[in-house]
Amino acid sequence: MRTWAVRHSALMERLYNRFETAIARAAPMLARIGFGRLERPVAALESGVKGFLFDCRMCGDCVLSKTGMSCPMNCPKGLRNGPCGGVRANGNCEVYPDMRCVWALACEGSLGMREGGAIAEILPPLNHALKGSSAWVRLAREKAARP
Amino acid sequence: MIAVVPHPHDIGVDPAAPLVDLPGHSSRGRLERVLRRGEFAVTAELSPPDSANVEEVEERARNFEGWVDGINATDGSGAHCHMSSVAVCAILTRIGYSPVMQISCRDYNRIAIQGNVLGAAALGVGNVLCLTGDGVQCGDHPEAKPVFDLDAISLLSVIRAMRDEARFLSGRRLTTAPRVFLGAAENPFAPPYDFRVVRLKKKIDAGAQFVQTQYCFDLKMLRTFMMKARDMGLDERCFILVGVGPLASAKAARWMRASVPGVHIPDAVIARLEGAADQRAEGKRICIEMIQALREEPGVAGVHVMAYRQEQKVAEIVHESGVLRGRAPWRRDFIPKMQPVESLEG
Repeated sequence: MRTWAVRHSALMERLYNRFETAIARAAPMLARIGFGRLERPVAALESGVKGFLFDCRMCGDCVLSKTGMSCPMNCPKGLRNGPCGGVRANGNCEVYPDMRCVWALACEGSLGMREGGAIAEILPPLNHALKGSSAWVRLAREKAARP
Repeated sequence: MIAVVPHPHDIGVDPAAPLVDLPGHSSRGRLERVLRRGEFAVTAELSPPDSANVEEVEERARNFEGWVDGINATDGSGAHCHMSSVAVCAILTRIGYSPVMQISCRDYNRIAIQGNVLGAAALGVGNVLCLTGDGVQCGDHPEAKPVFDLDAISLLSVIRAMRDEARFLSGRRLTTAPRVFLGAAENPFAPPYDFRVVRLKKKIDAGAQFVQTQYCFDLKMLRTFMMKARDMGLDERCFILVGVGPLASAKAARWMRASVPGVHIPDAVIARLEGAADQRAEGKRICIEMIQALREEPGVAGVHVMAYRQEQKVAEIVHESGVLRGRAPWRRDFIPKMQPVESLEG
């Protein structure tokens, strides 16, 4: 499924953009319900949906749109800024010889995407305190704070 | 005796003391000076010993003295346990060598790394090489917890902010910033090939001032990479040192190709070794030819010699390749009160 999502990165990108707009619109309403109250059920839903589509690891700081729809947290080194130097000649992972390199997939995925160039952006170190939290709720929170 | 004239900028009063400040330089180390002067630089890799003995470090470093501009102290290379790179570097600065401290993200989190950088700079280390690190599975402690809190690129940006903005990643102020010349690694010989040069650009944008590449045994592949790098102007923004090394035999080459992550050795090179009467000598010749070819490649600022278990050959290789063209990298007898090491006498 993970490789399917990458192969259909352009579709995923369109879906995501629509979803982001929807969250932004719903943000004021969600704020009234209370983000704290939403956190747990939304995180569970997000984990199910994104887990199925991307093998999401719930890092809480989703960057799929910048990594060709290939979740970088599946990299055994957790690399968020590009592949390591150990990628095998067949494009497989240094650590798991039978798995395609997450970043080899990311590069393929980014080619199909309208905003694929975002793969060249430098991402800051991951905030490990966010692990397990919902990136959707965080997005809504941000949208509600500055609509 | 070869007549050698040391560059005045590279010689301090006391070998262990930092050199005078030069405008536009990030560090007070010799490697940055050599590169900024436009010299073709040579660095070498020192494998830290499995020992608590300072003499073993000094002995290994002596092999390189007078032939290299920087000595890389590897940091748990191949995920094997050895003496720490910060300690090896501190020992090297006491003598006057110019060490490059390698930091691998595999073993420490951001708290440990930033502390180590401050400590290393305080001990006179002027160069830091930021690496992702090999996975724990290929080492002697595959049960270890892989840390990878940062990646090589975020690590570069963290150390650059420590140096240029005098602050930790948290924002807390430093009273004295670490004066370090920042390096990164690159592997032009591993997929995804098209992305490699983009990744190099990312590393430069994050703060890399020099890069040392993985072993180069495939000149054609390197030239493709360099062409793309030059098209993007990356060779103007960063000093590119290409990794080289002598292969001991065809068997050793096969083992390396299969067991060391990221090493690409074309079949033609292995066939050439197999066909030679003296494989070790042929391995050395291949390495020397590679260095000479790289000397002519536009945008290549130097070579990084990794002669694993053949460290004593580095001097011969550099000498026979003639890449220094009469230039003499630092050695202790450049300081009047110091005695030369034996290998350079007479």
